[in-house]
Amino acid sequence: MEYKLQIKNMNFFYGKSQALYDINLDVPKNSIMAFIGPSGCGKSTFLKSLNRMNDLIEGTRVEGELLLDGNDIYAADTDVVELRQHVGMVFQRPNPFPMSIYDNIAYGCRIHGTRQKKLLDEIVEKSLHRAALWDEVKDRLTAPATGLSGGQQQRLCIARTLAVEPEVLLMDEPCSALDPISTMKIEELVSELKVLYTIVMVTHNMQQAARVSDYTAFFLNGKLVECASTDTIFTKPQHKQTEDYITGRFG
Amino acid sequence: MNEQITRHEYIQELAILQQRVSAMGNASAEAIKKAMQALIEKNKPLAQQVMDEDDRIDDMIVEIENRCLLLIAKQQPIAHDLRIIATGFKISTDIERIGDHAFDIARTTLELPEGATDTQEHFRFIITLADCATKMLETAIHSYETADITLAEQVCRQDEEMDRQFAQAFQECSPLMSKGAAGVRLGTQLLFIAHFLERIGDHAVNIAEWVIYLETAERIRKAKK
Ligand SMILES: Nc1ncnc2c1ncn2[C@@H]1O[C@H](COP(=O)(O)OP(=O)(O)O)[C@@H](O)[C@H]1O
Ligand SMILES: [Mg+2]
Repeated sequence: MEYKLQIKNMNFFYGKSQALYDINLDVPKNSIMAFIGPSGCGKSTFLKSLNRMNDLIEGTRVEGELLLDGNDIYAADTDVVELRQHVGMVFQRPNPFPMSIYDNIAYGCRIHGTRQKKLLDEIVEKSLHRAALWDEVKDRLTAPATGLSGGQQQRLCIARTLAVEPEVLLMDEPCSALDPISTMKIEELVSELKVLYTIVMVTHNMQQAARVSDYTAFFLNGKLVECASTDTIFTKPQHKQTEDYITGRFG
Repeated sequence: MNEQITRHEYIQELAILQQRVSAMGNASAEAIKKAMQALIEKNKPLAQQVMDEDDRIDDMIVEIENRCLLLIAKQQPIAHDLRIIATGFKISTDIERIGDHAFDIARTTLELPEGATDTQEHFRFIITLADCATKMLETAIHSYETADITLAEQVCRQDEEMDRQFAQAFQECSPLMSKGAAGVRLGTQLLFIAHFLERIGDHAVNIAEWVIYLETAERIRKAKK
């Protein structure tokens, strides 16, 4: 099996307080991995360390090895801007920029130096198609993105992330602010996207993890309790803590 | 993070479901015992009672199925919880068949020819078979109640003993077959009863296999028949 991400003996600290303990985890290429676990167990911290978003927080420290395609994410010569282009992130609350739908998508590409109108047009259309939003917005590309519904805004954010051609897509509870229909649209979209990307998704919805992911990792108190195929986790988890959590016996 | 036990009502509902399944199992074991007693004592009113009481077992399966369906619809059960429900369906179906066989034994008792041949000596092998089948069933139900895989495995092994005794039954019945029309009739009926008992043993094995699946999530290979 080919692994897109490999994490070895990882510890993470916010100043003196340790948030992650000895994490060992491999994410297979072109698969969807769900992260589950109670609030505060370190899922977001882990996700953000995969594209070094935590660098932005003062006093954080990472130990261990985090590899993207075998290359050390935390190597001294890693270009963080390029890393974040490869490893894109979608957040819990849709956060469109206060600009038009078109400019939201084109934004990242412009930053990375693409200026040609024709090329940008192509990228915008392709990204919106991939995010299953094109048909809904193609006639109002110049309208402000903030006028879209919550579910549309989240798909716009996904399109914006896809526009810079990432390889890994990190999603932190992408559906928690959405209604059931929008949620189903995102789930369907995620399932389609795994052909092109490797996806890691934090979710509090057990059924969502069961429906969309190939692998599920269960975190508790900063530790990875177990990671296995989703079929295994949801039928026969190894640890009682995992079974108690997925069956809703504690939270 | 607070680790408190949640979903009290759900957990309670799952426990009640398991209680209902084991109650149904025990009712079917009672029915077999009564049917056998009716046979041995040639007690036709008791045989009639067993037949009447089969409706109760049929009502129980409907209640169990309804509980299973409601839990699926409302609680999204997974893992062991889901297996409680899946095996609830399967085990109750086996128990219902067992109840039907108790009914069959009772009906055959009602049809036995009056007194023609002394039947007691021919009952010996039937009693041995019935003891074996009842013990397998009770052990299977007990393994379900106590989540005891070792007991369930014991039941699976007893199936061979059951088959051996069923073969014996054929042998013991053959002399009857040469004793004229009445002998043939009695012999045939006793063999029918032996067959019902053998089927009860098979259902007990099914139940035991579902108990193993419930507790381990492993499907064990079905014994070939
Ligand atoms: N910026 C921060 N500074 C200090 N501690 C933090 C910070 N962000 C998160 N933490 C702590 O790290 C732990 C893990 O948090 P987080 O990764 O957000 O968990 P999750 O995403 O699983 O809810 C928590 O104890 C949280 O309080
Ligand atoms: Mg989080």
